[in-house]
Amino acid sequence: MKHAHAQSRDSVKMAAGQQWVLVEMVQAFYEAPAYHLILEGILILWIIRLLFSKTYKLQERSDLTEKEKEELIEEWQPEPLVPPVSKDHPSLNYDVVTGPPSHKIIVNGKECINFASFNFLGLLDSERVKLKALLSLKKYGVGTCGPRGFYGTFDVHLELEERLAKFMRTEEAIIYSYGFATIASAIPAYSKRGDIIFVDEAACFSIQKGLQASRSFVKHFKHNDMEDLERLLKEQEIEDQKNPRKARVIRRFIVVEGLYINTADICPLPDLVKLKYKYKVRIFLEESMSFGVLGEHGRGVTEHFGVNIDDIDLISANMENALASIGGFCCGRSFVIDHQRLSGQGYCFSASLPPMLASAAIEALNIMEEDPGIFRVLQDKCKHVHKALQGTPGLKVVGEPLAPALHLQLENSTGSRTNDLKLLRAIVDYSMDRQIALTLARYLEKEERFLPPPSIRVVVTVEQTQEEIERAAQCIREAAVKILK
Amino acid sequence: MTESAGNKNEDCHAANGVKPGRNGMVKNHHHHHHQYQKQDKVYHAACNGELYSRPFIESFEETPMLVAVLTYMGYGILTIFGYLRDFMREWKIEKCHIAREREEQKDFVSLYQDFENFYTRNLYMRIRDSWNRPICSVPGATFDLVERSSNDYNWTFEYTGRVVKDVINLGSYNYLGFAENTGACATAAGEVTVKFGVGVASTRQEMGNLDKHEELEKLAASFLGVESAMAFGMGFATNSMNIPALAGKGCLILSDELNHASLVLGARLSGSTIRVFKHNNMQSLEKLLRDAIAHGQPRTHRPWKKILILVEGIYSMEGSIIRLPEVIALKKKYKAYLYLDEAHSIGALGPNGRGVVEYFGLDPKDVDVMMGTFTKSFGAAGGYIGGRKDLIDYLRTHSHSAIYATSMSLPVVEQIITSMKCIMGKDGTTIGRSRIQRLAENTVYFRRRLREMGFIIYGNNDSPVVPMMLYMPAKIGAFGREMLKRNIGVVVVGFPATPIIESRARFCISAAHTKEMLDRALDVISEVGDLLQLKYSRHKVLPSLDRPFDETTYEENEE
Repeated sequence: MKHAHAQSRDSVKMAAGQQWVLVEMVQAFYEAPAYHLILEGILILWIIRLLFSKTYKLQERSDLTEKEKEELIEEWQPEPLVPPVSKDHPSLNYDVVTGPPSHKIIVNGKECINFASFNFLGLLDSERVKLKALLSLKKYGVGTCGPRGFYGTFDVHLELEERLAKFMRTEEAIIYSYGFATIASAIPAYSKRGDIIFVDEAACFSIQKGLQASRSFVKHFKHNDMEDLERLLKEQEIEDQKNPRKARVIRRFIVVEGLYINTADICPLPDLVKLKYKYKVRIFLEESMSFGVLGEHGRGVTEHFGVNIDDIDLISANMENALASIGGFCCGRSFVIDHQRLSGQGYCFSASLPPMLASAAIEALNIMEEDPGIFRVLQDKCKHVHKALQGTPGLKVVGEPLAPALHLQLENSTGSRTNDLKLLRAIVDYSMDRQIALTLARYLEKEERFLPPPSIRVVVTVEQTQEEIERAAQCIREAAVKILK
Repeated sequence: MTESAGNKNEDCHAANGVKPGRNGMVKNHHHHHHQYQKQDKVYHAACNGELYSRPFIESFEETPMLVAVLTYMGYGILTIFGYLRDFMREWKIEKCHIAREREEQKDFVSLYQDFENFYTRNLYMRIRDSWNRPICSVPGATFDLVERSSNDYNWTFEYTGRVVKDVINLGSYNYLGFAENTGACATAAGEVTVKFGVGVASTRQEMGNLDKHEELEKLAASFLGVESAMAFGMGFATNSMNIPALAGKGCLILSDELNHASLVLGARLSGSTIRVFKHNNMQSLEKLLRDAIAHGQPRTHRPWKKILILVEGIYSMEGSIIRLPEVIALKKKYKAYLYLDEAHSIGALGPNGRGVVEYFGLDPKDVDVMMGTFTKSFGAAGGYIGGRKDLIDYLRTHSHSAIYATSMSLPVVEQIITSMKCIMGKDGTTIGRSRIQRLAENTVYFRRRLREMGFIIYGNNDSPVVPMMLYMPAKIGAFGREMLKRNIGVVVVGFPATPIIESRARFCISAAHTKEMLDRALDVISEVGDLLQLKYSRHKVLPSLDRPFDETTYEENEE
């Protein structure tokens, strides 16, 4: 109490002192010579000017008069919005499918056996899945009319997320309404400007878009080359030692695909996990081609190698291939996945997945869980197709025996991509005339970071019979002999 | 009565060195009195009035100063408590519910930043129950909610197993009421499901181009009045994956400051230079255009390859409608290209539901890229782009979506075809037309009543998106909860979706709402508004006689 009193008295004294200084200042102001005041006045004005003027003006550096501006505006001729596309551009005229895109498919009016759709498990044609989708449609209608946050969350979404997490044996899963947007949104949710991403050269386009959106520093390593990756990691380690304070805030990620869509081979996951702990880098794994394909229960490349799924920070896959629905999902630990619920752009700002598509995916998961034998069948078929296509004259099979989507590339390129594509297209047309539906693998040639060589895609599904596979291989062989002489 | 908002104001204010805010209206709390006089005046001032074929009434009432101060104080208090709780969590006084990093990875660089976390942990988490409410029925005029409860302040939810029945839905973007599980659309979509299944399992360019997709695109083109159109599986991706095909290095993108995240992402991915103009502010846009053309690219001063203006038809957080006649005049004058995102306006505006272009009686040919979504008015999913044939041909060969993304699900396509035919009257009924009419009437009625009650309502009189200002952070949660208690589902939004002090509730009006539903909702809003003291408006609106349905909004456009 006493103490406080003393303190307040002190402050009174101090205030009085300050007042005195102020009076002195005013007096000094009166007594100062005129030139001094003027000088100070100018200085004050100068300071004000410095404070309020912009340091530099980006746009208005050159002094154009209004008239000159008008002339420049008058003269400016923009490029057309889009360059013209020639009528016979190879990808302008799409093949037209009439009727369901199932095992038997009608392409350009001809019924074919489908070797082109990623319907690995044949679930697109499943009556059970269709029925569940129909029941869901009768309950919820088609659209959700909102993003997840604003009444776009349906009970089936929650169920599907829970089921996916359970299926993959992770803590949590999150679903997106578009397969492409899944990994493309997930990467920039974590990796920001200044962070570093190590990515395989063969990474698919949606990963590339995710990298671009993240604005992080991207380092490419040679496809499946762990030595090259380690070299980059070591380089970074040396860099970190130079500036340890900065290094403590740079997040690092390795982004790989489980089974590469562009090369049809599998990533060396156990080695990646070793590198992860050695260099403290997180692993993001894109499994669109391997989910529902690899492993005893179709859990993908982690199951294939027997890697603990908790060692992978994030797994993403779409539900458009094996599950034969629409959309995609990410799964992993809640610590990681939950962050996307507020930061995944494609999750927050997009309408949610139509409930009937979620119901279809749930039913597809049911089928996969009830009958894990289906993966064995698929893997056998994959090996069979891989073997049957060997020795096709002029064409080489690219991909591993376990891959459900192989590439057939020309053994000897003609030297021009356009001509190569024409040759391959001729093979596709030849096969299509003989009831084998194939397709060219399409790429945006100017946008791909490392453009894969032209190829025909051969997709394996469980519905293809022994005999159909033989027929397809035979047909391709004939075509190759005929066209690639 | 064309309100040209602050268009005229802005110059004088800008000259005074005051920063003009949205729409050129000055957001300076010290001048609010002066501001009101101004605003009343501009209600009658006409600027570019001759460009408009219909009244353009749009208002953004100034935030009252006291409210602004209280709002900042609210955030201050919440932040202090946030730190306090963090402190207690640190010392294990309070139980910590946050998901933790794995032990094995504790020494990795942390996965996300702490501040993002602070906000989520201490502010968002407390009122998290207002979002992501799971529903278990059609998102129609009313819906059923899965009841959930939390014993740990929203860190985890438990589902009680009960269902909250017949909640009036003021949250879904179901403008024309096509979110239905019965009727023509659902039947048609059901048939397609049985025949085709739901997936496609390939891309448009490979094996996923079905005749149904082409049928949809032809129909969409004729609906929009353009030469050609292309459909995509996701509205968000329609923007983010196609803008990069239209612009690139050496191009300039002029983007409205309130554009949707998908447009921003698309612009960023394109690699073009991006400049942002003030929301719906034509002076700001024109200045950027003039300077850009006169000065060329930065540093090199090479002329820009092309300039693309990105705007939306209706802004979903502001309820404003784009000043399209002026934008088109500017884009013609400066030879720029116009990309119009009609996510919310297609179906919801115009006497035939053809969006903002028809609303203003303009020619679709004057818009270079007509983009929109099927999620909202059509009750489906996906998006489209319409325009000249050369544009669409180019997209067919260069769109990321056509090459790398799985094509649209066929039941969804069928839903769009059926609903679009209904809107166009091609199904031989007048259902579509009457729904459009209904939506317009509902919108005008609902907005007028809210204003009369004394709420601050943002946006255009004809916009079915109705933002109502809440301002204070604590009222976000309170409003959402109090409304749900009274069986009305509303959307509430706060930072970061809005500026920090402009938290709001948003109502989306639907043609499916009956007058009884709207009246019930309005009564409840008024009651909760009194309870939470939300009637901030100081504009005196005299309640007019209650005759909502006797005048048609589209009178002058009726053929």
